[in-house]
Amino acid sequence: MAIIIDQTKRVIVQGITGREGRARTRLMREFGTNVVGGCTPGKGGQDVEGVPVFDSVSEVVDASGGIDVSVVFVPARLVKGAAIEAFQAGVKLVMLVPDRVPLWDAMAIAECAAEQNAEFIGPNTLGVISPGRAVIGMIGGRAESAKQWFNEPRPGKTVGVMSRSGGMSSSCGYYLSRAGLGISTICHVGGDSVLGLTFPEVAMKFQDDPETDAIVLFGEIGGSMEERLASLMQSGRITKPVIAYIGGKAAKEGTRFSHAGAIIEGDRGTHAGKVKAITEAGGVVVDGFGDLPEAACAALGVSVEVTP
Amino acid sequence: MARLHEFQGKALLAERGLKIPSGQAVQSSIAAKEAAQQIGGPVVLKVQAWVTGRKALGGVLFADTPDEAASHAEQLLALQFGNFPVEDILVEECLDIAHELFVSLTIDDALRTPILLLDCEGGSGIEDRAASVARIPITVSNGIDRSDVLRVLAKSAIPNPSHADIADAIDRIVQSAREVEARSLEVNPLVVLANGDVCAADCRVTIDDYAVFRQPELGIEIARELDHPATDLERVAYQLEQEDHRGTFYFAQLPTEGWESSRGLIGFHGAGGGGSMMSMDAVTNEGYTLANFCDTSGNPSAAKVYRAARVILAQQGLAGYFGSGSGVASQEQFHSAYGLAKAFNELNMTLPVVVRLGGNAENRAVEILEDACQMLPGSVEGYRKDDTPAFCAERFTVLMESRGDCSSDQLARQVPAWVGGDAEAFAIEGGHVWIDIDQCDAELTAKMAEWSSGVLKDNGEGIPILACDDETAAKSDSEFIACEIECLRAGRPVLFVDLPIPGIDSPKEDR
Repeated sequence: MAIIIDQTKRVIVQGITGREGRARTRLMREFGTNVVGGCTPGKGGQDVEGVPVFDSVSEVVDASGGIDVSVVFVPARLVKGAAIEAFQAGVKLVMLVPDRVPLWDAMAIAECAAEQNAEFIGPNTLGVISPGRAVIGMIGGRAESAKQWFNEPRPGKTVGVMSRSGGMSSSCGYYLSRAGLGISTICHVGGDSVLGLTFPEVAMKFQDDPETDAIVLFGEIGGSMEERLASLMQSGRITKPVIAYIGGKAAKEGTRFSHAGAIIEGDRGTHAGKVKAITEAGGVVVDGFGDLPEAACAALGVSVEVTP
Repeated sequence: MARLHEFQGKALLAERGLKIPSGQAVQSSIAAKEAAQQIGGPVVLKVQAWVTGRKALGGVLFADTPDEAASHAEQLLALQFGNFPVEDILVEECLDIAHELFVSLTIDDALRTPILLLDCEGGSGIEDRAASVARIPITVSNGIDRSDVLRVLAKSAIPNPSHADIADAIDRIVQSAREVEARSLEVNPLVVLANGDVCAADCRVTIDDYAVFRQPELGIEIARELDHPATDLERVAYQLEQEDHRGTFYFAQLPTEGWESSRGLIGFHGAGGGGSMMSMDAVTNEGYTLANFCDTSGNPSAAKVYRAARVILAQQGLAGYFGSGSGVASQEQFHSAYGLAKAFNELNMTLPVVVRLGGNAENRAVEILEDACQMLPGSVEGYRKDDTPAFCAERFTVLMESRGDCSSDQLARQVPAWVGGDAEAFAIEGGHVWIDIDQCDAELTAKMAEWSSGVLKDNGEGIPILACDDETAAKSDSEFIACEIECLRAGRPVLFVDLPIPGIDSPKEDR
């Protein structure tokens, strides 16, 4: 198993004829993702990399007999319309890759998703990858790299990875793999302050995934998702080992380094508060990023294969 | 984030029907006196600054006469809060306040909605009463439910006749926040006056950075959270970002006090927020002072990385250049390598450079960077995903210790002499591409077609010409940069991409 994405999921790409949409369609297919169609208004009838293009999401849904996931590669200002179109066409999981989606658009998307009983990932997500199975978004880049970087699941030593930083989600997956661990799924939840799936929801999916033995996360200052995850651990709903690194220790209050979500407002979302919450809930928080693989191995009771 | 001053926020509320005190923002003591005269009676003068507790910091003064207002204004205009000197003072009528309420719209990341924090005892000491502050839900499509507000008011000490007006005011505050796409909007306090009027006595608004493009009437110049007034270079960088949305480009200058006692002032070039923060720690741990934070990520074009490097190196007093991101980038890293190689070659880089280019196509990226820069006076080294930030920082120290006498102050952009003469030129976005056709031959032209990913082709006589329409060519800046660097590596520098940066490079209209 894996969470969120595997090779059985039927995937479409919104904005498939654009620069990123076109390139990522090819890379996703090369890795094993079942991309069944795409859409761009006014471009229906074309094809991209052998994938048929339609004018709207509902046309793809009709033509393909139902889809599981839509990956959105459209300019930020058009993301809201694209996401709502997908929800209304019945898509239950929408991935929003673009950066710079306006906050009130993200909240409108969240409102629509709740009404339609659907989920979304992002905005500003690098994507989700289940090694050996499928990828959605941009994570891993070229299929050959991604296959080389991330181990497939290994019995008894498989971690699920979730991260608020795109680049660091790949880094986590790579260094954990180098230490000999298997990876069920890597999920970059996105760098913005209002997101679809956050750590608590993703962690619950890992908890329910029989293949995942432990959960590794790259957290950041700002927001509340690490604290909410800690509550789930405290209440016994997450029982698998949790190993965390929290970035932004040195950042001053009110400063922001690129990630819209990584901003401390008042005493909410501080580094110290997050470390305390996860530690008190029974998780392990490492001080240095480089210590993650060893801590993950220790939590699983396995030895480190290659010292990172 | 784009913060507005109190007087700007109040103007937004007033436009949407909320009552605000009569008053005026001024920039001089004379104007303060005139404003006080116009208002008549005692006035309050408030510095317009992004600090909490202005009153305790001496930023709020009361004046009974216009002359007193003038002298107070002079005193307030001499103040500085953080790195921000006081530029504006709000002169307002004094209010006869009966009740104060704390009203704050904020975004709840767990609920994924705005929420309204409401406290009927006002804002002072609000931190200590956090648990008793009412949290009223707001939906994006329907705003706030008036009955929720009235229910909170019913439990307060505020007399009932004011409740409807307060609920109206709160409704307008929520509407205002939605219309201007605020990340937060705080009215602390919202007051009930002795005459029963409800009025916004203060206002703090932060607009969502990502929505500023569709809020032009707010006149926000730079939608960035900075702890200092934007510098000239930050303005230059912000403008470049607005013009090129391929990937992210974020640039901010950092405080450098005391850098003289460190091992040197360094230009920093990261890739991705999370990885950049860790890389900054690594180079800071080696004892250097970072002059800036910069992030080019999200699959940026070579042109974007080139411009970012130029902006970084336009800073004064740098002794070195350190680049590193997450180390396992999903983007193909040779685009960044081409952009960096172009910037370093154009400036005949004298400073030591260490760049960690780990990620997709890292071997190709490192080879391009090191090969294209081998003739430069400064040492340029590229590293991969298995090289930790700490290791790269150590390598950087080795290069720094063996460097010659160099500083970014001496770097100057060099444009080849043949550019502008009889060379072929065509326009691209933000500049021109020049080809020294006298030096071209069929063999080189064939390679240039390959290096430019097919944007160029042979005209049949061994001379490169465009293989695409002008519009495609105009957007192919990165393909041309790749071609320029490959020509350079082949020892045949016949192509030059001229991308002058407004605000850094003097415009050369003749070219």
